[in-house]
Amino acid sequence: MSDTAHADAHDHDDHRPTGWRRWVYSTNHKDIGTMYLALAMIGAIVGTAASVLIRMELHEPGIQFVTDFQFYNVLVTAHGFIMVFFVVMPALIGGFGNWFIPLMIGTPDMAFPRMNNISFWLLAAALVLLVIAGLIDGGPGTGWTVYPPLANADYHPGMAVDFGILSLHLAGASSILGAINFITTIINMRAPGMTFHRMPLFIWAEFVTAVLLLLAIPVLAGALTMLLTDRNFGTAFFSPGGGGDPLLWQHLFWFFGHPEVYIIVIPAFGVISQVVSTFSKKPVFGYLGMAYAMAAIGVVGFVVWAHHMYTVGFNVETRAYFTLATMVIAVPTGVKIFSWLATMWGGSIKFDTPMLYAFGFIFLFVVGGVTGVTLANAGADMAFHDTYFVVAHFHYVLSIAAVFAMYAGFYYWIGKMSGKQYPEGLGRLQFWISFIGVNVLFFPQHFAGMAGMPRRIPDFPDAYAGWNMISSWGAYITAVGGLLFFVVLWKTLKSDKVAEANPWGVGADTLEWTVESPAPFHTHEQTPAISTQPAE
Amino acid sequence: MTDQPDKIKLRTTAAEPKTRNGVTAVILFGLVAGMTGLAFASDPLYRIFCKVTGYGGTTQVAEAPAESTIIDQMVTVRFDANVNKSLPWRFRPVQNTVKVRLGEQALAFFEATNVSDKPIVGTATFNVAPFKAGEYFNKIECFCFTEQVLKPGQTVQMPVTFFVDPAIIKDRNTVDVKTITLSYTFFAGEDQSEAQKLQTTSVISNDAESIKISREVTPKG
Repeated sequence: MSDTAHADAHDHDDHRPTGWRRWVYSTNHKDIGTMYLALAMIGAIVGTAASVLIRMELHEPGIQFVTDFQFYNVLVTAHGFIMVFFVVMPALIGGFGNWFIPLMIGTPDMAFPRMNNISFWLLAAALVLLVIAGLIDGGPGTGWTVYPPLANADYHPGMAVDFGILSLHLAGASSILGAINFITTIINMRAPGMTFHRMPLFIWAEFVTAVLLLLAIPVLAGALTMLLTDRNFGTAFFSPGGGGDPLLWQHLFWFFGHPEVYIIVIPAFGVISQVVSTFSKKPVFGYLGMAYAMAAIGVVGFVVWAHHMYTVGFNVETRAYFTLATMVIAVPTGVKIFSWLATMWGGSIKFDTPMLYAFGFIFLFVVGGVTGVTLANAGADMAFHDTYFVVAHFHYVLSIAAVFAMYAGFYYWIGKMSGKQYPEGLGRLQFWISFIGVNVLFFPQHFAGMAGMPRRIPDFPDAYAGWNMISSWGAYITAVGGLLFFVVLWKTLKSDKVAEANPWGVGADTLEWTVESPAPFHTHEQTPAISTQPAE
Repeated sequence: MTDQPDKIKLRTTAAEPKTRNGVTAVILFGLVAGMTGLAFASDPLYRIFCKVTGYGGTTQVAEAPAESTIIDQMVTVRFDANVNKSLPWRFRPVQNTVKVRLGEQALAFFEATNVSDKPIVGTATFNVAPFKAGEYFNKIECFCFTEQVLKPGQTVQMPVTFFVDPAIIKDRNTVDVKTITLSYTFFAGEDQSEAQKLQTTSVISNDAESIKISREVTPKG
């Protein structure tokens, strides 16, 4: 599969649009991927700013500067929504997915290029609606879970929550269209010889993610529509006064919400698998096990949702079931962890920035996974529910882990995307600052949480002061790492260090490395033939 | 992996990629429509689920207990009454507890007063604690089956007749239940049209009977 580069060197004879039309009307998977990545960066600035404000407020006991507590709730809500829907998903799915699915399976573009365009612009419109929501009527202070009765018209009488709901509707429509595009492309448009069992693990990851999106997002859309009509048109799906039940919202939300956390982290698995294999110069250990572990995580992910709501009064059998089902997830995730370690074992490891980030990802994911098994116990969760222990857990296991996978993917693929290689020294510095920052930020939150510090409250007793101050310093360090990332990005784009077609050597054996860097506007116009599995 | 070259050829000459993509997309859109439908179907399904299983302490509705099944074991039923803060009513149980034999029909009263100066429709949600007893707690008649309209200042006593299924002692999960708390919470009804009718026609009557209207509400678990 190494002799296909010659087919891809045609940059000059195509109808390449220029100026704003190139972007607004774009049907090119690479340009659309680039726009998704840009949107994620904008989202990351806003979402990180919200979290730094939260940490500044929690730096010391008492109220520092957030005197309007609804504003604190809005900060928490904005941080959650933006990070999930406008940073991680656009980067790992829309960005890297659009860029590298066609390149890695050997097809010229996505199955439905125009639908790809509307997917992106729906997401941009969703971001605008979310910003509007934050600016009117005090903003939505519901948390990203939008539980009624807090989210109903009694407690949020203005239009803020309605705008938030419409924003999520658009973001959901964007994701569904994107997912249909991904699945159709992966099923129908693989290059000859690229069988399902030869697809790179990143493709498997995006495929599983797209299926999860397709099954989970419509449930969120249905629930959001019910909430919208409850708020505005007198229905009572979630209102006991009319025969409804607020708990139904929690069931519907988490039936979407739990698969959503895998939607965030499975593409990260895909990126990490490529990076670990490349920089160990070895095929991924247990390729099929890795692929089917992701599929298994996706399936089991749909039957564990109630572990987010242990405290609502389930009977003991229900809690026993959800505890068991949740712990079962540790098996396929364990398969992944140990397969990554086995891939490195005996490998010729090169500690370039993407590999450092892959190590960072595995470390963070394991720490978060261990606390996840702790929290899976319904009995223990009664005490941990809504404390900072949960905050620490999910930031380790999926939020920061996903961000590390985004950084890993960026450093891994920026040469292919921009044609310029990043400055290695600065990249490693950026990794170490971020790695130290996030651990100083989130590790102490375990202790504060075990001591009982509640989430989503702008003040706390003096007893929690020490760990909170350390945590806030961690946030500032992490933010410096984030700023340094933009310095790296700027230096990369400005540099004259031209990237080779394959800067990583023998370990990088997937199809995207067979085209020149930067990847030409049109690639794989002559379909490459694949006769070996990437893992072979 | 060994792959025959002729197999590869088959794939390259596979017919009409555009049609194939269209078919795949239609199937996937169908999946999305199906999941959306399921989301909306979850509302009635959840209601049925709670009713059938007694989930979350949802009580059962019965015609009457079978006389022969009364057994000589007592259970204490306690009563709890709450009002949502948006409803200006007072609401309390007339008696705090009753002791009944398992299978025996019992009658209890709750008293509600409208302390506002306009008629209001209220509707009560209910459950029992412990939740696991819901499956065995049968109501024959209850003010909570319908919406209630109270005129300004009106006080009514509202009956509930119930019995506890003796099967409760045969279930190993509920054999320890000696006390069951029956709880109600009154909310302002979403549909206030009956109250508005009363207000506009200014019907003044000190009828102690509560006015029952026909709209059934079946709160969920």
